[in-house]
Amino acid sequence: MKTPSAIQWFKSREGIYYVLLALLLVVVLPLTLDPFRLSMAGKYLTYAFVAIGLVMCWGKAGILSLGQGIFFGLGGYCMAMFLKLEASTPEATSIQSTPGIPDFMDWNQLTELPWFWQPFHSFTFTLLAIIGVPVLLALIIGFTMFTRRVGGVYFSIMTQAVAAILTILIIGQQGYTGGVNGITDLRTLMGWDIRTDSAKMTLYFICVALLFACLFAARMVQERKLGRILVAMNAQETRVRFSGYDVAAFKIFVFCLAAAFAGIGGAMFTLIVGFMSPSFVGIVASIEMVIFCALGGRLSILGAVYGALLVNAAKSGLSESFPEIWPFAMGALFIGVVMAFPNGLAGLYQTYVQPLENRIFKRKPVEAESDSAMAKVQKVSAEENEGFDSSIDNYSTEKS
Amino acid sequence: MFDGYTTSELMSIFAMQGFAGLSLFSVFVLMALGLAIIFGQMGVINMAHGEFMILGAYTTYLTSGFFQAYLPSLFGGYFFIAMIMAFLICAALGAFVEWAMIRRLYKRPLDTLLATWGLSLILQQAYRSIFGPREVGVELPEWMMGAIQVTDMVELPINGLFVMIIALLIALGLYLLMYRSGWGKKVRAVVQNRPMAEAVGINSGAVDRMTFALGCGIAGIAGSAFTMIGSTGPSSGQAYIVDTFLVVVFGGAQSLIGTIVSAFAISQAQSTMEFFLSGSMAKVLTLLVVVGILMLRPEGLMALKIRR
Repeated sequence: MKTPSAIQWFKSREGIYYVLLALLLVVVLPLTLDPFRLSMAGKYLTYAFVAIGLVMCWGKAGILSLGQGIFFGLGGYCMAMFLKLEASTPEATSIQSTPGIPDFMDWNQLTELPWFWQPFHSFTFTLLAIIGVPVLLALIIGFTMFTRRVGGVYFSIMTQAVAAILTILIIGQQGYTGGVNGITDLRTLMGWDIRTDSAKMTLYFICVALLFACLFAARMVQERKLGRILVAMNAQETRVRFSGYDVAAFKIFVFCLAAAFAGIGGAMFTLIVGFMSPSFVGIVASIEMVIFCALGGRLSILGAVYGALLVNAAKSGLSESFPEIWPFAMGALFIGVVMAFPNGLAGLYQTYVQPLENRIFKRKPVEAESDSAMAKVQKVSAEENEGFDSSIDNYSTEKS
Repeated sequence: MFDGYTTSELMSIFAMQGFAGLSLFSVFVLMALGLAIIFGQMGVINMAHGEFMILGAYTTYLTSGFFQAYLPSLFGGYFFIAMIMAFLICAALGAFVEWAMIRRLYKRPLDTLLATWGLSLILQQAYRSIFGPREVGVELPEWMMGAIQVTDMVELPINGLFVMIIALLIALGLYLLMYRSGWGKKVRAVVQNRPMAEAVGINSGAVDRMTFALGCGIAGIAGSAFTMIGSTGPSSGQAYIVDTFLVVVFGGAQSLIGTIVSAFAISQAQSTMEFFLSGSMAKVLTLLVVVGILMLRPEGLMALKIRR
């Protein structure tokens, strides 16, 4: 595929999808929603970061991480630590027995700031840590697992275990992390009050801008040879390895990329919502993030954004009015997405809406459309897997 | 962390905490055996396993209520009936789930994980709607209360001992079923080489359904035993699911002995460390060690060698 110039790209069908999403997020939602609802939408969008990462990691490369909440939480906690330190000036905390440290530390009889809180006085360090800490952890997990060819469900279980460990650690170490309540009562970012309506509006737009940055980064990966290798690896890992590619390195890369996205999303979450707690880190939260990606379509990065928006909107809508129904709906969604439409909304769109579009606009089907091409690769590989010889082949890829 | 204790003190602490860890061990073994069959033999991740266990617990709860109301004279023995009921109900639901859902997903293990997670959400909410969000407990029959005095420092509660005996009996029964019966032979054949097993005339679909139902049934017995040592709530199952997966993976997915050894190691490590550290730190350390070992040795403690 030739790389078209920017203008050509915006006129292409894929470009139009991006423009439509941008219109929805930048024009339609801010005009139709009141500030409170808009801030809610911003909160849902922070989950879209995780969902985009999962599309790259799970949809394309076939690595299902059930621990994206870890990275979301780490990014969020980094941001929350910075904000908490800013909120805990000696003047603001003068009633404590040790002024100048966060309130929950004082309640837990700590008398000085722990060493790992010290660097979070610096905003530059915080920004680096928001991406750096999740990526570092992903690198460690990825390196130990993928170089030993741990894959498939084993990897999922291990990431889940790490999520469990981190949650128990955060809840248990109340004095250092704020425990089960998390880090609350965050007020200002570099002296700018983040709780006002205008601030929430600004944060929403920052979130949208960052989201598009991540979308373009993900798109860049998927359009290059790199993206093709990821998909090939998902379909036939051994063949890619025998072709001379270092499979583990690609897996580590895409896992780290997903972790970085999730970290950014977590930091924006803290800013928009105004607190961070372990309930966004744990196993349940992490698996819920997978459904955002699965509903939107595990192969489509744009679908992931819609998936995150829709599931979360449905969640707050339903659990506000019928709290009993929501878990049933969520469970049915998990089963339905897996059994009935594994390619999610994006898949349904490609099967039912796009032919219609082609007829209306009298265009030829766009062969270079990356998502449909990916879907085709997956389909072919699924068909191939029916055969005997590749089922043996699969045993080796599913190595423990 | 051992500072300030003499050797003899340490020994009795280890003995005490060791016995305390045995009830955790029993729950782990019962949960993990069911899971090990399903995961090890079929490669299917059943995230709803905890909810099957809770189904067994609620069955026991209902049976005990029934006996109290209608057959108070036989109350002492209700537990055995309850266990059989729990096994049958869970196995039936398991067979249904396999037929409706799992068998369509054998080629996509990651998707089974998500689908069974959805199932677990639905089951949890169903329990909550039917039995209420509060935890329920069963009344123990007379003979199960009290404790046996072993030495002046160590005493064993009878219900804990009873649960442990059940766990070991089931493990033994399962071993005989898997390694000494014709059916077990078929299951192992399907695990080792599915196309060849089919070629010699084994109905692999039926074997899969039976295996899944058996695993779920054992989860039901686990739930039944669980009511003897703790109370049951709609989401109690979820609390155990990750630990149990780690037990299974740590033991080596295809090995029953490995599962028991790892359940013993993990429960003992956790309960011993709980004496010296806070409960949450003991759990963090145990899980960290297990994850660390699995990173170095992904195949688990006792891996079955199969042709790959």
